[in-house]
Amino acid sequence: MLKSIAAAIRRLSLTIVAIVAVTIVQPVLAADIDGTIQLLTTDGYSDTIEAIGQLSTSGHPRALAIVQALSDGKLQFSDSAKKVYIDTGAGLVDAATGDAVATPPADVSDVRQNNRVRGVVQAALGALSLFNPDPQKRREAAEAVFKSRDENALPAIDASLAKETVPEVATALKIARAAIVLFKSDAAEADRVVAAQAIQVAGTQDAVALLRSLPADAPKTVVNTAQASAKTIENNLALWSTAQNAWYGLSLGSVLLLAAIGLAITFGVMGIINMAHGEMVMLGAYVTFMVQEVIRNHFPSLFDLSLPIAIPLAFIVSGLVGVAIERTVIRWLYGRPLDTLLATWGISLALQQLVRTTFGANNREVGSPSWMSGSFQLGQLSITWGRMWIIVFALVVFAGLILILKKTPLGLQMRAVTQNRSMASAMGIPTPWIDALTFGLGCGIAGIAGVALSQIDNVSPNLGQGYIIDSFMVVVFGGVGNLWGTLVGAMTLGIVNKFLEPVAGAVLGKILVLVAIILFIQKRPRGLFALKGRAVEA
Amino acid sequence: MITSFLLGGLDRKTGIAILVLALIGIGVTYSNAFLADASPLHVSTGNMLLFGKYAAYALLAVALDLVWGYCGILSLGHGAFFALGGYAMGMYLMRQIGTRGVYANPILPDFMVFLNWKELPFTWVFFDHFPYAMLMVLLIPGLLAFVFGWFAFRSRVTGVYLSIITQAMTYALLLAFFRNDMGFGGNNGLTDFKDVVGYNIQADSTRRVLFALTVGFLAVGLWLASSIVNSKLGKVLIAIRDAESRTRFIGYRVAEYKTVVFTVSACMAGVAGALYVPQVGIINPSEFSPANSIEAVIWVAVGGRGTLVGAIIGAVAVNWGKTWFTGVLPEFWLFALGALFVAGPLLLPKGIVGTLGGLFSFGNRPSRVVPTSPEPAE
Repeated sequence: MLKSIAAAIRRLSLTIVAIVAVTIVQPVLAADIDGTIQLLTTDGYSDTIEAIGQLSTSGHPRALAIVQALSDGKLQFSDSAKKVYIDTGAGLVDAATGDAVATPPADVSDVRQNNRVRGVVQAALGALSLFNPDPQKRREAAEAVFKSRDENALPAIDASLAKETVPEVATALKIARAAIVLFKSDAAEADRVVAAQAIQVAGTQDAVALLRSLPADAPKTVVNTAQASAKTIENNLALWSTAQNAWYGLSLGSVLLLAAIGLAITFGVMGIINMAHGEMVMLGAYVTFMVQEVIRNHFPSLFDLSLPIAIPLAFIVSGLVGVAIERTVIRWLYGRPLDTLLATWGISLALQQLVRTTFGANNREVGSPSWMSGSFQLGQLSITWGRMWIIVFALVVFAGLILILKKTPLGLQMRAVTQNRSMASAMGIPTPWIDALTFGLGCGIAGIAGVALSQIDNVSPNLGQGYIIDSFMVVVFGGVGNLWGTLVGAMTLGIVNKFLEPVAGAVLGKILVLVAIILFIQKRPRGLFALKGRAVEA
Repeated sequence: MITSFLLGGLDRKTGIAILVLALIGIGVTYSNAFLADASPLHVSTGNMLLFGKYAAYALLAVALDLVWGYCGILSLGHGAFFALGGYAMGMYLMRQIGTRGVYANPILPDFMVFLNWKELPFTWVFFDHFPYAMLMVLLIPGLLAFVFGWFAFRSRVTGVYLSIITQAMTYALLLAFFRNDMGFGGNNGLTDFKDVVGYNIQADSTRRVLFALTVGFLAVGLWLASSIVNSKLGKVLIAIRDAESRTRFIGYRVAEYKTVVFTVSACMAGVAGALYVPQVGIINPSEFSPANSIEAVIWVAVGGRGTLVGAIIGAVAVNWGKTWFTGVLPEFWLFALGALFVAGPLLLPKGIVGTLGGLFSFGNRPSRVVPTSPEPAE
C-alpha cells in the first residue's frame, strides 16, 4: 500500500519536473506572472498544475512563497477579482505582490488540491530550491538531486547552472549533473566517461558508493573510469583521515609533552620520583582560575590577557612549592628512590586535599580567551585554535627548557651536579641549592603546563592524577635524562594513541599503548634514547 | 623436607603472632555468637565485618612485604592481584544468584541480561563450581604475576622502573575492567551476592565463618611467608635485595628467584581479595586503582618493612585510623595519610616493628638495619 503510494508520488513528481523541463526553455518572464495567476483562479486541477509548473521556472521572487502557501493549504483565490491571496493567519495578502489586502472580495475560497496536485507541489518545491536566492538552499537542492539522480531534473540543473555565480554551488550542481548523466543509459558513452571523472570533485564517501553502484550493463569504459574515480576519491579520503589522525596525535602528544616535561627534569635529570608532579600541574591550573577570577571581578577588559598573566604566576607558585618540598622532605631521602616515591605520593595526597578544602571538590570554570576559541579550515582538516596554540606553547616551553639547560650558568651547574655530584661540589658549586633550584624548575614547568591544561581539562583537585602515569610513561619511554627523548616519546605516544583509537576504541587503545610500553621497557629498560657512559651507573 | 621447611618458619615472632591471630579468631567469633548484646565484650557483626576486612588487607600486606621487604621488589600493582582474586570470587558468587536476580535468568548474571547478551562468555563458564573458582583465585593472579615477572625480571627491570611498570599494569587493568565489553560488570562491578556454598551470605553465622576463615588464612599466609624467608630460598632473596649483581655473579639465577617469590606473593594477594569480597559484598574496578596499591605499600612501610608481622600491624593500624578519621574528621583523612607517607620514610624508616625491635631486641633474629634502598640510585 505504502509502496504504491510512493510510486504514484514519484510518477507525479516526474511529470512536474518534465513540465519544468519543457517550460524552462521559454521561461516565463517575471512580469508575466499575471498570466500564471489567472491559471490559478480557474478552479481546475490541470490549470493549477500548469501554473505551478510555470511558477517553478519563472524565477519570480514570489514564486516560492506561492507554492509554499499552496503546499500549506493557505492559498486562496477570488474568481470575481481574478486574484490569488495568501492567508497569513492575520489577514490576506496579494499572492503576486505580497501587499496586504484591506478588503478581500466576497467570493474568496481555497485553491483546491487533489493528490496529483499535492505531488506536483512537492516536486515543484524541490525544483524551486534550485533557483532559491539563498546559495546555501541552492546547494542543498543540488545535493538532493545528486542523491536522487532523477534524470528529469537534468534540464532544471542545466538552467540553474547557466546562471549560477557562486562557485561552490556551481560545483555542487556540476557534480549533481554528472551523477545524472553517469546513470543515464541513453547518454553518449563519452559524456558518461566525462561524468564519471567529474564526480571525483565531490570527494565524499557517498560519491564512492555512487560510482561503485553503476549497473553491470553499462559500457566497459564508463565502468572502468568510474572505478578509477572511486579509487582516487578513496585514496584522497584515506590521506585526509591520516592527516586528521596525525593532527589529533600531535595535539595529544603536545599535551603529554607539557605534562611530562617538568618530570623529565625532576625524574629524568635528578632521578627523583616525584609522584606529586601531577599536583604541581593542578596548582598551575588553579592559579589560572584565580587569575581569571580577579580579572573577571576587577579588570574585565584584560580577560584576553589572563593566560599570559597566569603563566609566570603559575611558574612561581608551583616552583616555590617545589623548592619547599625539596628542602623539607626530598633532601633527606636522596639515594632512597623508593622512599622518595612514597613521600612524594603522600605530599600529593595532602596537596589534593588542601585544594579540595580550599576551593571545593567541584570543577572550577576556567574560560578561554577569544584568541583561543574558534577554528580554521585547512583542506579537509578542521583545526581549532586552542589545540593549535597548545602545540605551539608546548614546543616553546620545550625549546626554552633546552636553552636554560644548555646556555645558562644555572643549566651548566645543574648538569654538572647531576653528572658528578662530588666533583661539582669540589669545584665550588653549591650543590644543595642547585638541587633545590633544579627541582623548583621542574615543578614550575609543571605549573606552566597546568595553565595550558586548564584550557582542555576539568580544573578539579583530581586534575593531576590523570596525568601522572602518562607522564612517567613518556619519560621512561623516551629515555631518562634525555629531554629530546621526552619530546619524541610524547609525540610518538600521542600519535600511536590516536591512530589506535579508530581501530580499537579509546579505552582499548590506551590499554594497548600501556601494554606496548611495558613490553618496550622489557626490551630497552633505559628507554628510547638511553644515556651512555659512566654517568649512567653512578 | 616440607616439615623442616614449615617448622623453620615458626620462629618466636611468627609463633606469637599466629597464636594471637588464633585467639582473635576464636575470641571474636565466640563473642559474636554467644555473648549478649549488652555485654562489654560483645563484638557486633558490623565490627566483626570490619575486622575481617582488616584481616584481608593484612594478608595483602604480608604478600607485599614478602616481595618488597625481602626481595626489594616494590610492587605498586599488588592491588591488581588482590582485585583479580576478588573478581574470581565475585564471579562464583554471581553465578550462585541464579534466578533470584532482577531478571531471574538462571544462567546469565543481571548485568549481562541488561546488556542484552544471549549466552555466557567463555570466561564465566565453569565459575558455578566452587573448586574451579577457588583454583582461579590462585591461578589468575599467579599466572599474571608469573608472566609479568618473568619478562620484567629476565630483562633486569629493577627499582623504580619496576615500580612504575607495575603501576601501569594495574592502571591498564583498571581501564580494561571499566569496559562493559570485558564482561565483568563494567563500572558497577559485581554485587548483590546471595549465598556462598549454599549458605546465606548475609547471615551472622556465615559471616562468623568467613571471619574465622580470613583470620585463619592470614595466619597460614604469615606462616608460609615466614617459612620462605627463613629457608635457604629466603636467604637468597635477601641476598638479591641487598646486592643483586653480586648474587648473580655468585651464580644464582636472580630472575628465577624473583619470579617465584613474586608469583607466590601474587597468589597470596589473590586469596586476600577472594576473602575480602564476600565480606564487603561488592567488587568493582576501583579496586584496581593505582592509589589502592600504593596505600597497601604504606601499610607495610608503617608496620615495618621486612618484618612480616609488622605488615599485619601496619595494615590494621592504618585501616583502623582510616575508619576512625573518615567517621570523625572526614576532611582530614587524606592529610593524615599524606603525613604518614612523608613521616614514615623520614622519621621511622624501619617502621613500628623495626624500630621497637631495634629498641628492645624484639624477635629472635638479630635485628639488622635494613638498608631501605638496595639498588643504586638511577
